Amino acid sequence: MLEQVSLAAQGQPGVLGQLVIIFLAAAFTDNILLSRFLGMCSFLAISRQMKTSIGLGIAVVFVTTCTAGINYLVHAYVTVPLGIEFLEYIIFIVVIAAFVQLVEMVVERFSPPLYFALGIFLPLITVNCAILGVSLFMLAKQGYGFWQSLVFGAGSGIGWMLAIVLMAGIRSRIREDKVPEGLRGAGITLIVSGIIALAFVGFSGMIKF
Amino acid sequence: MVFFVAVGTLCAICGALAFLLTLADRYLNDYGLCTISINAGERVFTTTGGDSLLTSLSQEQIFIPSACGGRGSCGLCKLKVLGGGGPLLPTETPHLEADEIKDRMRLSCQVKVREDMAIEIPEALFSVREFRACVTELTPLTHDIQLVRMELIDPETIDFTPGAYVQLQAPEYPDSPESVYRAYSVASDPRDTRHLDLIIRRVPGGICTTWVFDHLTVGQRVTFNGPHGDFEMSDTESEMIFIAGGSGMAPFLSMLLDMVQTQTTRPARYFFGAVNRRDMFYLDEMKEFEAKIPDFKFIPALSNPEEAEGWDGETGLVTDVVKAHYRDCSDKEAYLCGSPGMIDACVKVLTGLGMPEENIFFDKF
Repeated sequence: MLEQVSLAAQGQPGVLGQLVIIFLAAAFTDNILLSRFLGMCSFLAISRQMKTSIGLGIAVVFVTTCTAGINYLVHAYVTVPLGIEFLEYIIFIVVIAAFVQLVEMVVERFSPPLYFALGIFLPLITVNCAILGVSLFMLAKQGYGFWQSLVFGAGSGIGWMLAIVLMAGIRSRIREDKVPEGLRGAGITLIVSGIIALAFVGFSGMIKF
Repeated sequence: MVFFVAVGTLCAICGALAFLLTLADRYLNDYGLCTISINAGERVFTTTGGDSLLTSLSQEQIFIPSACGGRGSCGLCKLKVLGGGGPLLPTETPHLEADEIKDRMRLSCQVKVREDMAIEIPEALFSVREFRACVTELTPLTHDIQLVRMELIDPETIDFTPGAYVQLQAPEYPDSPESVYRAYSVASDPRDTRHLDLIIRRVPGGICTTWVFDHLTVGQRVTFNGPHGDFEMSDTESEMIFIAGGSGMAPFLSMLLDMVQTQTTRPARYFFGAVNRRDMFYLDEMKEFEAKIPDFKFIPALSNPEEAEGWDGETGLVTDVVKAHYRDCSDKEAYLCGSPGMIDACVKVLTGLGMPEENIFFDKF
């Protein structure tokens, strides 16, 4: 603890500080949805309703966090020692798919209303490119260990959830507004996403590495 | 070396994940024992939850009609769920009308048994039984239609009205990982209670027909359930117009065999539509029917006969031939068997000739 404080005093983030920075960067400045534009499909479809958006958001946070952790362990203890990093694309997708199946079973068992409300979008989390993106980005940032990867996954997931909840709120606000015929639905949603993305660019000065 | 390591690791990871999922399935999909009460307690049984209602009922020897085998695409497995069915699913809504939904009708293949349920099914379904039979004959009738004759083993006899259908089970075979049920009309004489005839057309890529044509052999045991359906001759004396082509002849064969026995004087005309000569079959048998039944005529129509065949019968689409044959159909009845497209075309022609819709009966497969 003292070490952290003294490091902080020198202007260097300690391990905990580093984790906080990674979390904030993943959630805000490097938002997987608003900066990288991954995971748009379910974002556009589910953001119609606040309740299901929160439900899906929580499911995505859970999946990104756990798969980031699992995939890091697979990377560190299986693919790198055996020299088969080239298989990571396939292995990560398989892990994600199995994990989402598990989440599906758990949701169906313990919350049937949420299961039915999410419908097809729960299994679609598997092919949500944001999930695979998180696993691959965490590897691209070469300094990350297990906890860093876990926090990066959690941050990305929460960033995604933040974006979809924001969008759900905005869409419920503009529901009564006179949107031009051709732009109703997906059109106006994409325009609004662009504007929110611009707003999020404003966060980029927040974190200085 | 790297190759083996790579493949081996991938397989190991996939295997481990599959094992994990199986474990999870065992613990999470354990809904315990659920009691299903049918028709206000007329029949009650318990089953382990987790399966669809359709599967649970068929395990209990109650066979709900299904053409798609539980995939949610045929809509035949409708029944009333009074309680314990959960919310209506988006996979069910395309097959249910608004008043059916209000009446609490559900698709039993989509409803999962999670808790105690109360349902209502028509009495007739209770008399549906599962049969084991032995194939005694496989005769090709045309290049893609085959007659399948079978002798019943258990139960030994079947009781049906001409026009009924059965659901034949195609078991797993090399190109088909799970067994499926498909509906076929019965073509045999209802008085021959020891045997069953089916007329099956090969559907390219079809799971059941591929099994029948490529894997089924004489002497093999098969399973089917039935009889199902309410396609049957009415008990009026109005002239009957049969329209069918190809394997659609099946229910009418059964009806004609019955008419030979009853010697009914009720007029009947069978319009058989096909493309060319090689799609025709049982022409001699139809001539025999014309001789044995007091007032029956067989009118085949080819839509595209080849010059060399020397066809001197009717030509053109079967619907046009029907139109040319009749001026007024307001006092007649029609029985149709074929694809939805063909049936819609015939209904249009018949109503155009004055036939009231309630006089038109059909079996859409």
